[in-house]
Amino acid sequence: MNATALIKHTQAESNLLDRYQSSKDGLAGSIAVSELREAAVEQIRDRGLPHRRVEEYKYSDLRAFMKSAAPLAAAADEAVAKAILADQNSYGDLERYQVVTINGVFAPDLSDVDGLTGEGVVISDFNSALKGEAGAQLLRSPKSAANDGVIALNTAFVQGGVVISLAAGVEVSKPVELVQIATSEGAQVSRTKVTLGEGSKLRLLETFAGETGNGELNAVFDYDIADKASLATTRLIAGKVDAARLFTTIATIAGEAEFKSLGFMAGPKFARNQQFIEFTGEHSEAKIYGVTMAGGEDLADQTLIVDHAVPNCNSREFFKTVLDGRAKGVYQGRINVAQHAQKTDGEMMTQALLLSEEAEMANKPELEIFADDVICAHGATSGQIDEDLLFYLRARGIPEDEARTLLVLAFLSEAIEEYGEDDVTDGLEERVRDWLAGH
Amino acid sequence: MLEIKNLHARIAEDETEILRGVDLTVNAGEVHAIMGPNGSGKSTLSYVLAGKDDYEITEGEVLFNGENMLDMDPDERAAAGMFLAFQYPIEIPGVATMEFLKTAMNAQRKARGEDVLSIPDFMKRVKAAASHLNVSMDMLKRPLNVGFSGGEKKRAEILQMSLLEPKLCVLDETDSGLDIDALRVVSDGVNKLRSPERAMVVITHYQRLLDHIVPDVVHVLSKGKIVKTGDKDLALDLEKHGYAEYIDTAA
Repeated sequence: MNATALIKHTQAESNLLDRYQSSKDGLAGSIAVSELREAAVEQIRDRGLPHRRVEEYKYSDLRAFMKSAAPLAAAADEAVAKAILADQNSYGDLERYQVVTINGVFAPDLSDVDGLTGEGVVISDFNSALKGEAGAQLLRSPKSAANDGVIALNTAFVQGGVVISLAAGVEVSKPVELVQIATSEGAQVSRTKVTLGEGSKLRLLETFAGETGNGELNAVFDYDIADKASLATTRLIAGKVDAARLFTTIATIAGEAEFKSLGFMAGPKFARNQQFIEFTGEHSEAKIYGVTMAGGEDLADQTLIVDHAVPNCNSREFFKTVLDGRAKGVYQGRINVAQHAQKTDGEMMTQALLLSEEAEMANKPELEIFADDVICAHGATSGQIDEDLLFYLRARGIPEDEARTLLVLAFLSEAIEEYGEDDVTDGLEERVRDWLAGH
Repeated sequence: MLEIKNLHARIAEDETEILRGVDLTVNAGEVHAIMGPNGSGKSTLSYVLAGKDDYEITEGEVLFNGENMLDMDPDERAAAGMFLAFQYPIEIPGVATMEFLKTAMNAQRKARGEDVLSIPDFMKRVKAAASHLNVSMDMLKRPLNVGFSGGEKKRAEILQMSLLEPKLCVLDETDSGLDIDALRVVSDGVNKLRSPERAMVVITHYQRLLDHIVPDVVHVLSKGKIVKTGDKDLALDLEKHGYAEYIDTAA
């Protein structure tokens, strides 16, 4: 098998291949799932980690960043998880259900299973489902990124996760916070499958807590949204961490449905939030927002492909990035409009605010349109804080630091406010302030 | 209250000299008007007083209640009681007007070692000041100056001025872009703030504002210097004869 290797493996790649050999017997799944895992490992063996010569990773060279790969995190420690859960509390007093995973594995004892069951939501263990007949279907890849390296890493090593299913018509009264907790150092690889039945409605909060040390965090979220259903997801990627943070959204949106998401990133040294969204039914809407902050030597990447595969759908993509120090921001957004996807309305905007001379933003908005009756627009800006605005605020007695903070908040709030979900985004201002004060 | 002595200033970027030896003393309780042709340095004088760093002071000094004002940052000047009503108030998307007012008032209070305002106290003050100036609550909920008409922007400036209770008010062409009715509302707002403890410098190109805000002293600024000083009749004289005489004097 090694004879097929096309590349000289880096330390991290060798570690990953060793990791697979030593952990594969403990990884769950049907025979079909094992085959998918093998194929994913084969891809890593042949192509290595995604790097700058792969177009999608041109600005975010994961291969160069990962110097080594830690083993998978050890078994869950519930007591430690409880302490972390009590301590992190990302949403304060917000009324919500919590669903918890520890080191990637579903922890029903720490989750509000009864409350959710009462509302008609079925919560189950991803690993159990992987062992079932339909297990392999849980590991689908997006059409627009069939061989993505980060998804392959996830498929190879996924330790577990949660399956959340809403039957037709179920509207969950409170947001559901999915908290992924690390209780021991090591890689954390999880997958979340959310299925929304026709006309159902869910607000999802995705948070991450605990230290993974040298281990990467790789979380895939797969949303299957049926006709007339509505999903809003708020992903909170925060904290100063040295290992890679890799997030993937796969979403398919059927007819007359709504999908809305906010990806908030501040802190990690290397973070990529990639989203692959496909309209499969007509008259649906997707609104995708990104709020990114990076300082020091951080790299923060928001990557997005929206596939208008059917006619009459609207999408809005609005991303804001604030960079300081020598940080690098990446926005790669593409709207694909298929030939028969007439009456598509797509509007994409990415804006960056550079607080330092050495920060760098790579903005790459793209439209690929094969239909002839569409409205599509894209725009990109990079700029600095406007000195006239700053002077106006200072002339009213506001000290320079606070004036700058106000202007950064004002810049980011445009995307946050358009996303809406005020009760959920209330605390973000404080997070922006913390980041500005301490990055 | 304000003593400007032999003030010289130039544009930092290209070193064009704008102010060429301004001398001006304004005492508490007085209202001074500064008039002058376009390009005479009126707006530069207001920006230099507020501390905009586009300008470089090459000579002279500015004392504010005996303190060297040129050593202070813009926010320190504001906290010390300096207020500039901008000729073109700036739109700041994403900063709600109310939030801005609260931040500014409390920042100044903190700088002076005073307690921050409670929310009810703050609201009471804003409502009172807003009603005098015909500023609606709807305006206050919008982002600062965004989508405000010319008149609304000027009223918002005077609202800030009355809430911040400065000792020295510098009004830069506050009449520009105002129709007669708006001019009256703004002037009434300014006149309400006249007091024996407060000084005002009203910069204007036209005499008509001075029918509403009657000055104690009128100065003519030309080519970066004050070339004539008189009482309010000087403004009427200027209205009749124009600035030609002073442009020649300075030249």
